[in-house]
Amino acid sequence: MTASLKLQNITQKFGDFTAIDNMSLDIDAGEFIVLLGPSGCGKSTLLSIIGGFLTPSSGRVLIDDKDMTFVPPSIRPTTTMFQDYALFPHMTLRDNVAFGLRMRSIGRTTRASKAEEFLDMVGLKDSANRKPHELSGGQRQRVALARALAVDPDLLLLDEPLGALDMKLRRQMQDELKAIQKDIGTTFIHVTHDQEEAMAIADRIVVMNSGVIEDVGKPTDIYRYPRSKFTAGFMGEVNFIPGKVIAKRSDEYDVETVFGILTLPASAFTAGTPNVGDAASLCIRPEQFRPTADDVYQRVLSQADIIEGAFFGTHFRCQLKPARSPELVLIAHLPQTSQMQIGDSIDLLVNLADIIAVPPSL
Amino acid sequence: MRQRLSSFFSWGYFIAIYAFIFLPVVVLVLFSFQDGNLPIPPFNGFTLKWYAEVFADDKLTDALLNSLSVAFFSSLIACLLGFFAAYGLARYRLPATAFQRVLLTAPMTVSYLIIALGLLVLFNWAGVRLSLWTVGVGHVVINLPLCFAIIYASMGDHQKNIERAARDLGANSLQVMALVTAPMLMPSIMAAFFLSLTFSWDEFIIAFLLSRFDVTLPVEIWSLLRSGLNPKTNAIGSVVFLMSAVLLVLLEIFVFRGKSKHDG
Repeated sequence: MTASLKLQNITQKFGDFTAIDNMSLDIDAGEFIVLLGPSGCGKSTLLSIIGGFLTPSSGRVLIDDKDMTFVPPSIRPTTTMFQDYALFPHMTLRDNVAFGLRMRSIGRTTRASKAEEFLDMVGLKDSANRKPHELSGGQRQRVALARALAVDPDLLLLDEPLGALDMKLRRQMQDELKAIQKDIGTTFIHVTHDQEEAMAIADRIVVMNSGVIEDVGKPTDIYRYPRSKFTAGFMGEVNFIPGKVIAKRSDEYDVETVFGILTLPASAFTAGTPNVGDAASLCIRPEQFRPTADDVYQRVLSQADIIEGAFFGTHFRCQLKPARSPELVLIAHLPQTSQMQIGDSIDLLVNLADIIAVPPSL
Repeated sequence: MRQRLSSFFSWGYFIAIYAFIFLPVVVLVLFSFQDGNLPIPPFNGFTLKWYAEVFADDKLTDALLNSLSVAFFSSLIACLLGFFAAYGLARYRLPATAFQRVLLTAPMTVSYLIIALGLLVLFNWAGVRLSLWTVGVGHVVINLPLCFAIIYASMGDHQKNIERAARDLGANSLQVMALVTAPMLMPSIMAAFFLSLTFSWDEFIIAFLLSRFDVTLPVEIWSLLRSGLNPKTNAIGSVVFLMSAVLLVLLEIFVFRGKSKHDG
């Protein structure tokens, strides 16, 4: 089953500390949502509120348009997959997965066969009689998923479930989670601080910072067109170039920077149209620089010296000192095939259409 | 040379300390098989007749059964109450938690004699007649702090999340306690139970002061001793010792085996 979720003006205070500040969010049924943010941003607190483990200081939680703010976790149509798995150590995997069904007074044989079905889904059918301590981390993870899904929740809440796994296993679990979510159609709300994980699995990403939502959108939009400096910086490496809007023409703006006047379309200002005289931070991702001109990369920002560089497999990651602004060190990912040496001087080319501008403060 | 010497002394110490602890028991058990009327050296020969007399003595066998049932039920109640107290203090935000913890464990520091006198006064005042029940109450009083301390010590935050998971999957508070918390803590609950059993089983002062017509085994042995030493008292003493030893072995099996399995 699946359901929509509406959070209306949620505020959560712990003493004087405001963990979540007047947050509203609409999630459609069947979406895979990732709550992304640094530790302490309130994402796990928000998950506890959705799961019913916390009652917000104010605001409402609507699941399928029914007010669930004060409904305890045991009768909410949500289940949680905990970071430390929280499996029942004294029960077999079958009994672990069947526990929720047992609480719903489903007969022994029915629940055993249903539990085995879900263990089969996560590839652990042959281990039904084993106990959690006999399993590896990745396997426990799967049992936790099977257990949470066995009660057919409308919403599955995942609290940094992949945090304890190694990189390879994490990638594999991301793919499996995504596939299972597509298959069963349940709304997934997944908390993580890993932006790559977020982009890998999310339909929509909710970027959170200090208790407020910074940005909501599809992974490509969040990455390419972040609406705040925080989002731009959190989603991956980025170069911020300070600038000032000096002129407005129909749907273009002239921005004065250390690299001269750059003319950007109105759509580059993701946080809304600026006024002449406003300061702006221009965001350029490291992979948006090129050393040689072609049809697209035509605007030379500056000559630049390579002061540091390393080969990363997919690209060269270089630190550059632009001639026109030596105090500003830029990061560029130059193509894998480029033959760069530290000390080389290159043309730093960009495609003006790639550049976006956000308000300079966080 | 020095190493030899130190090894000699450590072996000497090792033998001396265990001899010091167990020689009285060995002597007690040995002379329970004495073929003669006095449980003192020399050892005249081997006989089981004193054991036959013990088990033919209705008063002794009654007392033995009384002891067993008082030990069993008082330990059960002490464990149950100790578990509830530990669960409440570990899982809910209660007023003055630290103070309540101290209150619960404080009886451990009070001598059995004082506890027995206090209960005696209380029962007299309330008009409760002394019986095995009052002895049981006394044993709950002395064992509850122990049970609480053992069970409380084994409640960690990791289990908290597991209990949350159970609640999340639809369990109510009672189901969480019965199906998740108690089974998870079973090793320490069993440890508390068996320790209580051994303490209650051979407890004398409270049993003596709070019983009247039906008495427990230590009290019966005490009245036997008043008529002087004879190998029969040795025989019943050996039975008590054997029983305690069995309980200790059970404790070892349930607790330490269980522990290594669950922590792994």
